[in-house]
Amino acid sequence: MFNKIYDWVDERLDITPIWRDIADHEVPEHVNPAHHFSAFVYCFGGLTFFVTVIQILSGMFLTMYYVPDIKNAWESVYYLQNHVAFGQIVRGMHHWGASLVIVMMFLHTLRVFFQGAYKKPRELNWLVGVGIFFVMLALGLTGYLLPWDMKALFATKVTIQIVESTPFIGEMLKTLIAGDASIVGAQTITRFFAIHVFFLPAVLFGLMAAHFIMIRKQGISGPL
Amino acid sequence: MSKNRVTRRQFLNYTLTGVGGFMAAGMLLPMVRFAVDPVLQKKGESDFIATNQKVADLTTEPTRVDYSFEQQDGWYSSEETGTAWVYKDENDKVVALSPVCKHLGCTVNWNGDKANENHFYCPCHGGLYTKDGTNVPGTPPIAALDVFPTKEVDGFLHLGKAEPR
Repeated sequence: MFNKIYDWVDERLDITPIWRDIADHEVPEHVNPAHHFSAFVYCFGGLTFFVTVIQILSGMFLTMYYVPDIKNAWESVYYLQNHVAFGQIVRGMHHWGASLVIVMMFLHTLRVFFQGAYKKPRELNWLVGVGIFFVMLALGLTGYLLPWDMKALFATKVTIQIVESTPFIGEMLKTLIAGDASIVGAQTITRFFAIHVFFLPAVLFGLMAAHFIMIRKQGISGPL
Repeated sequence: MSKNRVTRRQFLNYTLTGVGGFMAAGMLLPMVRFAVDPVLQKKGESDFIATNQKVADLTTEPTRVDYSFEQQDGWYSSEETGTAWVYKDENDKVVALSPVCKHLGCTVNWNGDKANENHFYCPCHGGLYTKDGTNVPGTPPIAALDVFPTKEVDGFLHLGKAEPR
């Protein structure tokens, strides 16, 4: 059944070369944990991507209930967590996944660093990776505010004070991210929501695409 | 043993697809159940809403009865208002009609049109209903007005959820 549908499409569109390009490539021996168990360190990049996929999916589903508004944000989070089936699990996936992304990404960075895999010709990919790192941190920071509980509020106040301490343009930067010169409130939460859900993921997708295209083009670095 | 032995490649393909499918399902199942929750939420027994209308004061002439109730919408609760046209029929039975026109949902009024006495009239497109809520043929509405289930509690009128006939 599946084969027939595949053949039907393939006959018309010749899709086999396309997915071969994407999925069908050899795993070098030094990267395969079946040959050298220590090769598990090569899994961290893939795991970061896997957790990122979970973050995207669970985030999409959370927005079915969440409202970025000072009156309703906390109420809607409480509702989705306590009155909607599997709400605790879906929110839990997003909550714990957020920490896990940082952990996996950090381990991936350490591996690349200590193996010297960032060296010529892969310097550009290292730079893109650093970009992804900061985008992920920013995603964690903006997502932290959204439940609009006391922890979120005060963490954001601290963030804004740190931003404010920037020389010369601190005041302006602070107003830019908080939406108001002195209040952390209605305009802050909508801004953080927009950044968390639209702007940063858009940047992230671009950077991830560049990251993956480069690694396919250059291949994985050789054994130590 | 059958002639078609499962090859090593097939076996690995099946196990990988199986395990992968199981993991994907474990990930997606909670999210999908989370998303479809409103469809599966138990419909609460429709509660009767108390009004300030004494049943004893009702006549055969339809009277407008306004009522209000607490509406719980997810995490948001609000005070909502509604209206019913209520009268006693010839058997002394209480009849409560929904004022929502069955044409396009405007609000109908008893004796709203001077040219059509003793009819419910919809100002939007001239829909007419007789006193028992039946739509007058030749006017836009395609069905009779919805009816509220009613009951009397301590002399006061209580209304259920309006149902189509």
